[in-house]
Amino acid sequence: MRELNEKALAAKEKKAALGPDIDLKTFTVEPPPHEALDSLYRLSEGDKKRMLTTGIEASEQGRAGSYIQKDGTAIFSRSMQEGLEVIPIREALKSFDWVKEYYWKLVSVDADKYTSRAQLDLHDGYVIRALPGSKVIYPVQACLYLEKEGLSQNVHNIIIAEEDSELHIITGCATAAHVKSGLHVGISEFYVKKNAKLSFTMIHHWAEDVMVRPRSAGIVEEGGLFLNNYISMKPVKSLQMYPTTHLIGKGATARFYSLLFGSPGTELDVGGRMYLKAEGTRAEIIARAITNGGNIISRGELIGEVPEVRGHLECRGLILKGGTIHAIPELTGRVDGVELSHEAAVGKIAQDEILYLMSRGLTEDEAASTIVRGFLSVDIPGLPQALKEEIDRAVDLSQQEVM
Amino acid sequence: MLAIEDLQVKLGDKEILKHINLEIKTGETHILFGPNGSGKTSLLMTIMGYPQYRVTAGKILFKGHDITHMSVNERSRLGIGMSYQRPPSIKGLKTRQMVQICAHDGVDVEGLARQMNFSDFLDRDINVGFSGGEIKRSELLQLMAQDPDLLLFDEPESGVDIENIALIGTTINHLLQRDLKPTADKSKKQVVKERTRMGLIITHTGFILDYITADKGQVLYDGVLACKSYPHAIFKQIKEVGYEECVRCAS
Repeated sequence: MRELNEKALAAKEKKAALGPDIDLKTFTVEPPPHEALDSLYRLSEGDKKRMLTTGIEASEQGRAGSYIQKDGTAIFSRSMQEGLEVIPIREALKSFDWVKEYYWKLVSVDADKYTSRAQLDLHDGYVIRALPGSKVIYPVQACLYLEKEGLSQNVHNIIIAEEDSELHIITGCATAAHVKSGLHVGISEFYVKKNAKLSFTMIHHWAEDVMVRPRSAGIVEEGGLFLNNYISMKPVKSLQMYPTTHLIGKGATARFYSLLFGSPGTELDVGGRMYLKAEGTRAEIIARAITNGGNIISRGELIGEVPEVRGHLECRGLILKGGTIHAIPELTGRVDGVELSHEAAVGKIAQDEILYLMSRGLTEDEAASTIVRGFLSVDIPGLPQALKEEIDRAVDLSQQEVM
Repeated sequence: MLAIEDLQVKLGDKEILKHINLEIKTGETHILFGPNGSGKTSLLMTIMGYPQYRVTAGKILFKGHDITHMSVNERSRLGIGMSYQRPPSIKGLKTRQMVQICAHDGVDVEGLARQMNFSDFLDRDINVGFSGGEIKRSELLQLMAQDPDLLLFDEPESGVDIENIALIGTTINHLLQRDLKPTADKSKKQVVKERTRMGLIITHTGFILDYITADKGQVLYDGVLACKSYPHAIFKQIKEVGYEECVRCAS
């Protein structure tokens, strides 16, 4: 810990490689105390409603476990299935030595001022682990909730799918309805072990003046599958993330899907980077970006380091009413025998598609929103139906703002 | 009834339809012949209301309404439907959703799809990666759900394999109520009289004539409707002497 703190201290003022710089002093690091809950029914109706928009069910129906954090406090955390562990990270670091083997092992503590802050002022976060061979059929839900105006919420999450396990997580990050500004720093480290399957679906619902700096990395071992879905359809002032995934075992697969919407005043800089480091690994990055006045940078990078690997990048952008979309797809092949491809397109809704739908009876507006809805529906093979429905719900909830 | 009176249409700066007069009475089906580039598709698109086809003179009347300047969806709601030759594909929009968009209340989408031998395509994005024949079946499936009074078909047989051409032909015949048979209490004449559907079919090859009984044929040549006759007679002429001669004979 001392060594981590020293490194973090040294990076305290270090600007990030990407995204507008944030003056950390404008946010408070002192979270207010919150009482732990014995049941999610005790959440206020307002909180329940807000959390529901990011897929968090207060009833816990159809969920294998829950982790709810308000500001800096883990107010609720439990597993309802054998073979599944859901533990607040501060408690986990105190109680279990094995956690340290995963803590700051994929993300560098001194990467920038945000990682530094997550070490020096940690406000909890979760450790979710599926034990070897366990199949957690229902998704685990995790919510990082910002209730205090102007707070810098700094969390660290560790997600582990042990060998031959299957784990699905839906994580919703949201602000309370009254919150206008704040900063969310979230470190996430993903470990997908041999023949394990992990899906991680993150839905963001922030507010107009909130800044967000996730810092994530993952590792996928032989035969493992990592699905990483990210949905940000609500306004946010500035969000920058570029999660990195390392495919280190033979036949490991990772797929990263993101659905982004930029309304006026929103700046999104989102991408994914994947290193294909073992034979037979597969990587896919698919992004759909829509703006009606916001600015979106959609990045993607595939790096093929050994032969017999395959990766594809796809970024499609729609500009509806102003704003910019900047697609930056990058491919690097370092040896013979890599197969990497990308397609990127930024444009508008095609008039012939609108007219086609109008000739089937839809009005022009209905036709446009039908096309946009189609644009945002991406098939994600391997994702459980319940999570597909959550993604659809998040998209549907913002349909009005998009159009 | 559809009545087109002295219609002139421009696409960009180019005049593509010249003084078109055409009348399709209730219950009638017409076949539209013409070489490539003669304006056949343009005529259908103009009837459907595509805004790039600018009407500079004349008018189009449908069911007593002047639809010359109506939007595409208003025409659709009034009962005009079209089977496109090359419709756009729409990513993320399932064929099932598209058929539902077309459908009136109570339409059995699954049942219609089975009829069109198209059930396996319902969960695919509309027209994405469809072959020529699959597109035609998808278009007919949409029209079956939409159930319009005036049906415009743009080369419904193009790209269709031998196996499916009969299916396409009989489906069109059915959509146009051409397959109604006389019954014990209704004579052939009565059945024909009760027919309400109207059709305008573009054909390039004439294959579709083996399946469809049409009332009239028309030849569109260089933007001008040049000849009216029985469809089979026209087709025979074209096969024998070509379009140019066929049109010369009419003038």
